[in-house]
Amino acid sequence: MLLQLDDVVLRFAGNTVLENIRFGVEENSVASLIGPNGAGKTSLFNCITGFYRPQQGSITFGGEELLKRKPHAVTRLGIARTFQNVRLFREMSVLDNVMAGQHCRSRAGAFSAILGLPSQRAEERRVREICEECLEFVGIADEADRIATNLAYGHQRLVEIARALATQPRLLLLDEPAAGLNSSEKTELVRLIRRIRDERGVAVLLIEHDMGLVMEVSEHISVLDHGRIIAEGNAETIQNDPAVIEAYLGQDEDELELT
Amino acid sequence: MATNKVTTRPAPGAIERLYAAFDDPRRRWALYAVIIALLLLAPPVVGRYGTVILTNALLYVILALGLNVVVGFAGLLDLGYAAFFAVGAYTTGILTQQFGFNFWLTIPFALCAAAIAGVIIGGPTLRLRSDYLAIVTLGFGEIVRIGARNLEITGQASGLTGIPSPSVFGYTLTGPTTYYYIFAALAVLAVIAAQRLLHSRLGRAWLYVRHDEDAAEAMGINRVRVKLAAYITGAVFGAIGGVFFAANLGAISPQSFSFQQSVLVLMAVILGGMGKIPGVILGAFIVILGPELLRDIGSLRLLVFAVILLLIMLFRPSGIWPGRRS
Ligand SMILES: Nc1ncnc2c1ncn2[C@@H]1O[C@H](COP(=O)(O)OP(=O)(O)OP(=O)(O)O)[C@@H](O)[C@H]1O
Ligand SMILES: [Mg+2]
Repeated sequence: MLLQLDDVVLRFAGNTVLENIRFGVEENSVASLIGPNGAGKTSLFNCITGFYRPQQGSITFGGEELLKRKPHAVTRLGIARTFQNVRLFREMSVLDNVMAGQHCRSRAGAFSAILGLPSQRAEERRVREICEECLEFVGIADEADRIATNLAYGHQRLVEIARALATQPRLLLLDEPAAGLNSSEKTELVRLIRRIRDERGVAVLLIEHDMGLVMEVSEHISVLDHGRIIAEGNAETIQNDPAVIEAYLGQDEDELELT
Repeated sequence: MATNKVTTRPAPGAIERLYAAFDDPRRRWALYAVIIALLLLAPPVVGRYGTVILTNALLYVILALGLNVVVGFAGLLDLGYAAFFAVGAYTTGILTQQFGFNFWLTIPFALCAAAIAGVIIGGPTLRLRSDYLAIVTLGFGEIVRIGARNLEITGQASGLTGIPSPSVFGYTLTGPTTYYYIFAALAVLAVIAAQRLLHSRLGRAWLYVRHDEDAAEAMGINRVRVKLAAYITGAVFGAIGGVFFAANLGAISPQSFSFQQSVLVLMAVILGGMGKIPGVILGAFIVILGPELLRDIGSLRLLVFAVILLLIMLFRPSGIWPGRRS
């Protein structure tokens, strides 16, 4: 297992959000985490990436314990993420946004920048090339110089993915990447997720409400409900699991997206 | 989301069009050449008094560019910036006048002292929210000033006098014109440094952290380190200003480093549109030259100046310099 969670417990003021979570993502795979609203999916991401501190349990990534690490240290180890609500850096170009991802893979400081040392210039060039390649990869290279937050919504989501890829991760966490996309954009997204796994060798863990997309792209699916994993397996197992159907039937009509 | 594009792009006004005219690199270089020429030719044209005022404006360009790193780039409030200016000036003053150091040798000490001051103010405060940061930096500025007024080594209230003029190759640097050119050179270097910083790994990191700390952390940026770097960089700019300020006047006293100075520098940064280098330069000139140009109207000049500043902020709340539009 590339990522392994054992017995993770997260509470907020007595309210248990995650309960004894045991969960893994394999190297070079696409896994999904599904579940009704408020199940604790984003909280699980926040635990992995160091934004939340679980009270109990262990989270290991490639054999390293993540639990006591700050978010930036987790990213440096090779886990990148996107946010449920797009969080791009305002007033900055698409390329400048993506270059954020390379920060932890480069080292020039104030001194070398002011003096414009050759090593600093070479590093800037390298960072730029890597980030341009990431934009190329997600298919929005021609928008590199535009202000990121002025892009069409679907493209803003792609900028976020490119920015995460620019950290050169081994595991990519996508929090509802299909939310707000139209059906042709969703088809493109499925293709992109597969290419991230196949061409870059990056494992993907997906939170998604669009069941069609989840079933199509994931090798492994885990279902979270009220902070517990209630089912695990491939698409077929999940679709026929009574506990899963129960969890989703307990929801509001408009939240039902099981297709 | 399509409407987004329309709303964030207001029709360009006269100022925007004027600035846009200099988007072309060749025109921009022509503009730089004109500015350098003006800087070189100014002293004989404006006379002795004018030269002294312009020197002060150039000092404020350096200070404002330094504070702009902290406030404009990294988005951290600092109401005690004059403290770093004081650290630079007093380090040079004490070392030359009391320990017989050569002026040039005091510069590395001043920069180190400023960097340490930057860590002292930055280290414990970076986890605070911005309103607390305002209070803490304000307090730091006052502590440095009051410390200077009470300590033996800083000459107490009367300050340090008789700081020797530095010399290069046996030629002693004195007189307003000489210092005008020194400050002009320093200001140009400060502009280049600020520009290079902005377009560097660290400069971008400051902007990321300013815009969205969590997203920046998620991208692998250590926000505490990056903010600390902003304080230290800003402190170094301030100290360089202070070192040459001490050399120029030959005397320094706590009055030169009051809360008012901090506010004046901050005003230049805000007026210029936080983070925009050309705007901040212009802001520094406005803050220093404004009251001078209004000298003829006598006792009302500060009031008139304040009203003009208010009007500018009212009509251009994000500063006089326009943002990017595409
Ligand atoms: N910082 C926090 N403080 C207190 N409670 C929190 C916090 N973060 C999450 N929670 C609670 O944890 C529960 C799970 O929230 P979470 O955002 O993880 O759900 P989710 O599965 O991502 O839902 P959605 O599908 O709506 O995004 C919610 O009840 C939420 O109120
Ligand atoms: Mg969520």
